[in-house]
Amino acid sequence: MDTIYLDYAATTPVDPRVLNAMLPCFAENFGNPSSVHRYGQKAEAAVDSARETVASVLNCQPDEVLFTSCGSEADNLALRGAALAMREKTGANWILTSRAEHHAISKTAEQLERHYGFRVEWLDVDEFGMVQPETVEKAICRETAIVSVMYANNEIGTINPIREIAEVCHAHGVLFHTDAVQAAAYLPVDVQNLGVDMLSLGAHKYYGPKGVGALYVRKGTPLIPSQTGGGQEFGLRAGTHNVPYIVGFAEAFRLTNEERAQRTAHVRPLRNRIVGAVLEEIPNACLTGHPTDRLPNHCSFVFEGVDGNLLLTLLDAAGFACSSGSACKTGNPEPSDVLTSLGLPREWALGSLRVTLGVGTTPADVDAFLQALPPLVEKARYLRG
Amino acid sequence: MPKVVVAMSGGVDSSVAAALLKQQGYDVVGMMLRLWSQPGREDSNRCCTPDSMFQARRVAAKLDIPFYVVDAKEIFHSTVVQYFLDGYAQGLTPNPCLICNRKIRWEFMFDHALALGADFIATGHYVRLKVEGGRMKLLRAMDKTKDQSYVLHVLTQEKLAKSLFPIGDYPKSEIRELAKSFGLPTATRADSQDLCFLAGEDYREFLRHDAPEVGEPGPIVTRDGQVLGEHQGLAFYTIGQRKGLGIASSQPLYVLAKDLATNTLVVGDKSELGRSELVAANVNWVAGEPPSASFRAEVKVRYTAREAPAEVMVDNGEQVKVRFDAPQRGITPGQAAVFYDGEVLLGGGIIV
Repeated sequence: MDTIYLDYAATTPVDPRVLNAMLPCFAENFGNPSSVHRYGQKAEAAVDSARETVASVLNCQPDEVLFTSCGSEADNLALRGAALAMREKTGANWILTSRAEHHAISKTAEQLERHYGFRVEWLDVDEFGMVQPETVEKAICRETAIVSVMYANNEIGTINPIREIAEVCHAHGVLFHTDAVQAAAYLPVDVQNLGVDMLSLGAHKYYGPKGVGALYVRKGTPLIPSQTGGGQEFGLRAGTHNVPYIVGFAEAFRLTNEERAQRTAHVRPLRNRIVGAVLEEIPNACLTGHPTDRLPNHCSFVFEGVDGNLLLTLLDAAGFACSSGSACKTGNPEPSDVLTSLGLPREWALGSLRVTLGVGTTPADVDAFLQALPPLVEKARYLRG
Repeated sequence: MPKVVVAMSGGVDSSVAAALLKQQGYDVVGMMLRLWSQPGREDSNRCCTPDSMFQARRVAAKLDIPFYVVDAKEIFHSTVVQYFLDGYAQGLTPNPCLICNRKIRWEFMFDHALALGADFIATGHYVRLKVEGGRMKLLRAMDKTKDQSYVLHVLTQEKLAKSLFPIGDYPKSEIRELAKSFGLPTATRADSQDLCFLAGEDYREFLRHDAPEVGEPGPIVTRDGQVLGEHQGLAFYTIGQRKGLGIASSQPLYVLAKDLATNTLVVGDKSELGRSELVAANVNWVAGEPPSASFRAEVKVRYTAREAPAEVMVDNGEQVKVRFDAPQRGITPGQAAVFYDGEVLLGGGIIV
């Protein structure tokens, strides 16, 4: 059966150009960048070159870029590393983060509270899942070690006013980290313009491989490493460099930056058609996240009286791969923390659907999807009784 | 290519069922229902545990078929578990598997399968289907020791026409061989008569915390009214039960009857246990109607009972009287009486 992939926010296929850049680094240029000999030098050159590429896109210095194993690791290193370092330095003991963060941040914050003696203040979001700078302004104080607010939300697509939040933080002399894992596929990530101290990235969201991420760390930001060992990544992230994946990361990131305008122009009108048609044709449907300040490839909905998991099952059987904020493979649906943070009633929040587009999405795909969805929502409602 | 949704448990029977259908050219989809389990005991449920889900997923991957888990917790609790609790509260010994097959598998799951575009649903039950003159006949399994037709007597023509039972033609030993040849995991969990949602717990324990009202003590009496002791609540006893009565007696005593009106447990000698007649209600006729107003049949009064020759007399479409040639032990209100004509399952109803 022909299937249509509409889950680009979950992950993306590796761009053949990225794969080509990676391939020589497996068996040919296989050296360990830490080695003295020429094998090592060649591998080191590949990593250095990748770092320079990433730095130029981020508008920062190469030694402000750390490669990690994924976006989650970057988030962990940023939050745990900076919180511990700041407490050591100033005694600050509070972590501020929003109720709509990715688990890579929220679970790390919970662990810091439970096992490391930090206190967490959870910032409320508005009805669109957005963190208002005033909310940060009200909560921030001298005891705040770090603030972390995501750039764009993976579940509902909402873009946060990162620059304004960064300004609030810096006015109080507090570090600011943003998880840009989902955002970087479409939004500019100029760290000078954004004004952030740290920023997390993951390659597989923009046609790079899974298993590699990066953390931007502004020079002078205190950070205690999570993973200790060799002196790789400026002593902040031990472990032999994953050379092919680091090369793949850089190539994917470079292409994303270069083709941002085209990719955005491709997905945005298709996404807008989906939003319009869904809200028009499906009764008791609601767009989640911000109507305009959202990722251009992203739309997300809730349908009253629908088991979101079942809707995904019906869609998959009909040949459409989508996602949901209550998805689970075990038949125990619970609304996600993000949907809960929006204040949605449970009866709506359980019926969520996320549709995310990418470079492979065609107008015909969208037509087929829009034809299939309304009757499947009806079916899901009927089956729920 | 007809599409079939297979109810998969992760066990060898439903795995082989899926593999056989795939081999026969069907477009196969695996499905598991997430049923209700006691809070905190999800891992010891007999079905849909994380482990059985993992097994089913591995089998589906091996067969290269899609696999989905559908949430059925609420409907399972409100129909099956509630039926079980209500039955005991009414002094019956209910068989929740019957209502589960009717309401959960062949209604809830059936509807979900159709919604996925399926033409059929299939299970790993040991039972056979035959089409004769445009009618569906439900036949006992080839392997008599594994026959599960008893719990499927609730199915109608409409449902049977869209059902497939791929393993009913094989003996269990051959199913294991087939699993091996398909490269499927062959580990079988110990066959158990326990209900899935009891999670290994005794049903009496389950009733104690989920329906404490059934635990009202009352007298244990003989047929002639002699009080021998006190019972812990009628629900905790089953017709024919000998052990656990807590009465010292020169000869073994058996539970003969439960009188809900007086909350009395009637016990007596083994010889008093047999009955020659029963009445069954809510009868389902697989053919859509009884073969005749009165007919000879072999009748099975429990899943594990041996069938016994009897005359079945139809009172009206949904109620019958059964007169056995010889007295039967273990006739228990709440269990099903199922009628066979040789291999063919004619129908069945609930003993009142």
